[in-house]
Amino acid sequence: MTFAQRLRDAGLAALVAAVLALPLLGFETIDTGGPLGIRARFHWIAYAAVSVFIGRLALLAFFDWWRLRQGRPEPLQSNAPARKDILTRIGSQADKYLMPALIAFAIALPMMPFADRTVVDLATVVLIYVMLGWGLNIVVGLAGLLDLGYVAFYAVGAYTYALLSLNFGFGFWEALPLAGLFAATFGIILGFPVLRLRGDYLAIVTLGFGEIIRVVLLNWTDVTRGSNGITGIQRPSFFGFPFTSSPEDGQTAFHELFGLEYSSIHRIIFLYYVILVLALITNLFTMRIRKLPIGRAWEALREDEIACKALGINPTNTKLTAFAIGAMFGGFAGSFFATRQGFISPESFSFIESAVILAIVVLGGMGSQAGIVLAAAFLTLLPELAREFSLFRMLAFGAAMVLIMIWRPQGLLAHREPTLRLSTQPSSSGGGKP
Amino acid sequence: MINGVTLGAVYALIAIGYTMVYGIIGMINFAHGEIYMIGAFIAVISFAVLGVVGITWVPLALLIVLIVSMLLTGLYGWTVERIAYRPLRGSFRLAPLISAIGMSIFLQNYVQIAQGARIKPLQPMVRGGIELMKGETFTVTLSYLQIIIIVVTVLLMAGFSWLIAATPLGRAQRACEQDRIMAALLGVNTDRTISLTFVLGAMLAAVAGLMTTLYYGVVDFYIGFLAGLKAFTAAVLGGIGSLPGAMLGGMLIGLIEAFWAAYFSSEYKDVAAFSILVIVLIFRPTGLLGRPEVEKV
Repeated sequence: MTFAQRLRDAGLAALVAAVLALPLLGFETIDTGGPLGIRARFHWIAYAAVSVFIGRLALLAFFDWWRLRQGRPEPLQSNAPARKDILTRIGSQADKYLMPALIAFAIALPMMPFADRTVVDLATVVLIYVMLGWGLNIVVGLAGLLDLGYVAFYAVGAYTYALLSLNFGFGFWEALPLAGLFAATFGIILGFPVLRLRGDYLAIVTLGFGEIIRVVLLNWTDVTRGSNGITGIQRPSFFGFPFTSSPEDGQTAFHELFGLEYSSIHRIIFLYYVILVLALITNLFTMRIRKLPIGRAWEALREDEIACKALGINPTNTKLTAFAIGAMFGGFAGSFFATRQGFISPESFSFIESAVILAIVVLGGMGSQAGIVLAAAFLTLLPELAREFSLFRMLAFGAAMVLIMIWRPQGLLAHREPTLRLSTQPSSSGGGKP
Repeated sequence: MINGVTLGAVYALIAIGYTMVYGIIGMINFAHGEIYMIGAFIAVISFAVLGVVGITWVPLALLIVLIVSMLLTGLYGWTVERIAYRPLRGSFRLAPLISAIGMSIFLQNYVQIAQGARIKPLQPMVRGGIELMKGETFTVTLSYLQIIIIVVTVLLMAGFSWLIAATPLGRAQRACEQDRIMAALLGVNTDRTISLTFVLGAMLAAVAGLMTTLYYGVVDFYIGFLAGLKAFTAAVLGGIGSLPGAMLGGMLIGLIEAFWAAYFSSEYKDVAAFSILVIVLIFRPTGLLGRPEVEKV
């Protein structure tokens, strides 16, 4: 591409940007009490157009440089071993090497010198999303069902624990299995009628279900207290030993049990380990179930539903189990969320939450457990780190989602390898086709 | 009833955008609700600008705003497709979906930053109406605005059906819908056809945005989400990929909501719409007017 062509291209892009910016950036509406006032600020358009112009030029230059670096165009016959880029190479090894490293780091984190209250708190949030991502991965990554309302099960888990603890005095550990069970039941109730439908219909029904749950939580004020939310949810105790500075009579506090000085960080670190263990259970469960017949049936169903039917797999029941198990882990994560916050309201369970969890699964590379960890860390830490630019952080969040998808449509650590190979196949085929 | 039809007309207009995009490239365009919101904003701003310039004769102002918002929103639709979806064509199914969700978050916050989070009011421009029925305690009125909305929607839909059925663009669209590779081999510029589909969808969404702005008199940056969700529900209800289905679905959703709000409670009207959707899907898995799809190995 010649320089003149590039200039023309960039000029065109800038023109489009200027026209786009004209109404929304070029004019500012002012409240004047009566009719809406308007104030022109055309310099904003100029900023937008100029930045798009420069950006487009830089992008074109980058493309040319990239093409030069890649050398000649690819040869026509593609049976030569395809060059894999570094992330793909990491991806194919991730579950073997990267995961143990990540787990070791996660266990050691609270003992690190830099780990103060904020860091551990943030790590807990990341782990909640990792757990949700792993839970949803069972549904989306393994069984190939598009679930846009995963947050509903998260909400069910959270409210189950909150209501049980408030009305019947259940502790965290007693309520946890119940919350999972309840969420799984919801999964079955929802899944039973709709799992016979094609994928995209499932997406909209789950999306609608997520909204229904939220609306019900918002309006059923007798039970859920509506938009005020539920406060004063019981905090977890260390197997019966509460984390308080001055325990009630007959109780031993955690710091007394171990003879430590009382510190509020004990509870935070304890919560961190609880979610770590929960997340690792999810991971272990997923890794093991992939090797069981049911897990194999999920993956087979994802690849080809008709072949599965021919082989005698009942698609509805198989999908239903995936849906229910995914929902169960969502419920676990939800009740942990409730006990950590001590306060829940329908605000925390909006559609954007579902979208973020789905984005974690897809950005991480579907089916890759380590990729989900990286994506969860990225998507939770990005808004945290950009807190000073609070106005622009969601803007950057959306833009980052689009850019990562364009850059790597298959996800950060994508790799979809059959968990089972025919033994006659040479194992040295080097990854081969997905 | 009349409120329901008005609401349904708006939903139907947005639903067409969803159903067309789905029909042609098989993706759920999550940013479409945001496009509708941008259309509404452009309409509000155009009214304000016209007010400053001094054009106050209502029909002329309406016409100008209609054209301006359709053109600019169409350009937005084109840009979104060009930036976020075209590079992902041919990759696996979920990639454009995530990209669309990202785009939707981006557009929502872009408008919030550019125009502020406050609700934008608009003075009512079209007043008055016709009294249809006069009872002892109530009167049924049909406002001129509702007439305008329904008439414009019907006209647009008729024009649109004609466009799909009888113009070269419509033929190209239907060809792409059936088999994109084959259409490309036969000399249809598929990329341009898809872009134009997005532009048309965005234009209809802009009209819907203008209508709701006039009808409710307020706009804020958050309206896109729920309207998009409802319209998508409407598209699925009618059978996604089918244009008459989208129109029918939109009308049904509008009516269900209006009746539910009138007879039961307005709090649960969203629940009602989704429940109807689930029930319909159980008995007719392809939607009301959808074609049953035969999967082949």
